[in-house]
Amino acid sequence: MHMPLEDSLGLNLLAANQHRADHNRAHFDAWNLLCLNVMSSPGAGKTSLLERSLAALSSRWAMAVLEGDMTTLLDAERLEAVGIPVVPITTGRACHLDAAMVSGGLKLLLQRLDPAGLDLLWVENVGNLVCPAEFAIGEHRKVALLSVTEGDDKPLKYPVMFREADCVLITKVDLLPHLPVDVERIEAHIRLVNPHTAVFRLSATSGEGFDAWHDWLGAQLNTIQSTPALIHA
Amino acid sequence: MTRCLLLSMHEWKQQHAPRLPRVDRVHLEVGTFTCVEPDQLVVTWSDAVKGTWLDGSELVIESVLLVGRCVRCQATYSPEPTDGFRSPCCRHPMEEIVSGRELRIRSVAYGFETATTPPTAPCPTPAC
Repeated sequence: MHMPLEDSLGLNLLAANQHRADHNRAHFDAWNLLCLNVMSSPGAGKTSLLERSLAALSSRWAMAVLEGDMTTLLDAERLEAVGIPVVPITTGRACHLDAAMVSGGLKLLLQRLDPAGLDLLWVENVGNLVCPAEFAIGEHRKVALLSVTEGDDKPLKYPVMFREADCVLITKVDLLPHLPVDVERIEAHIRLVNPHTAVFRLSATSGEGFDAWHDWLGAQLNTIQSTPALIHA
Repeated sequence: MTRCLLLSMHEWKQQHAPRLPRVDRVHLEVGTFTCVEPDQLVVTWSDAVKGTWLDGSELVIESVLLVGRCVRCQATYSPEPTDGFRSPCCRHPMEEIVSGRELRIRSVAYGFETATTPPTAPCPTPAC
């Protein structure tokens, strides 16, 4: 038998993950780089986005990628081919990256380069519109992708992901002439759950929309790099 | 999610070290505008704690409804996905969330094992 006691905690259920995410963030701030958490459903075009953006931006900024994948190294190999350092993080059965996995990826990255020389660290999350939205990894900005082939209802069906996103990229717009989908309606649904998020329409095939997306990235990078790090890891 | 909850509980346990608390119930507040399905969390909890220091504990989940506040008309309302989460009075998009994003361990009911002592025999001394 035992004496009944009760502790009122009011503790975030994800507190343990948040502590690790805060630790990752302190490193990113100390290294003065912008960390992006790129999320979407499987097949929305995260890797194609990175292939195009990495190739276009490699002369402007020093970049690296942490590549989350459940079982294979296929995406990591695609991105390595662009000539950017890529650290694969294989999650096994886990359907999202968490802060501890990203911390492990950072340790591997440190063996290859000095992150203080980076401007931009991309973290490509596992393809999933649900869980990644809840797990902070220490990122400065969350970027969600939604391809036009997924239909206009996804922002309402998976509202947490689109609510949490600092930027939403509507991808594969080159396919619009062949689809019975209204891109204005997709964007309207995104704004119903997140009225102030940045929204861009892109095609990684044609390159449409990438200039505006890259301008947004540049603005975020300026904001981060002009803010002195208050906490050093 | 269950793994994160277990890690948070492990951190809580450390506060009581070296004593090992025996947990009866863990009370959670889970908002309806989160990616957590309460029933699924209860099932995975009961499986995950088997054979651990949390074995036998119960996970009690209180759902917290999504409530928005319209920045235009200041009304609080229950956003509905089928209505695009809009304010019902002025149709404005959902900007401010008052509640529904909670993922919180509200409290832990627990105790410490006490040594069971045999019932004491009546004192033979009448004056006692």
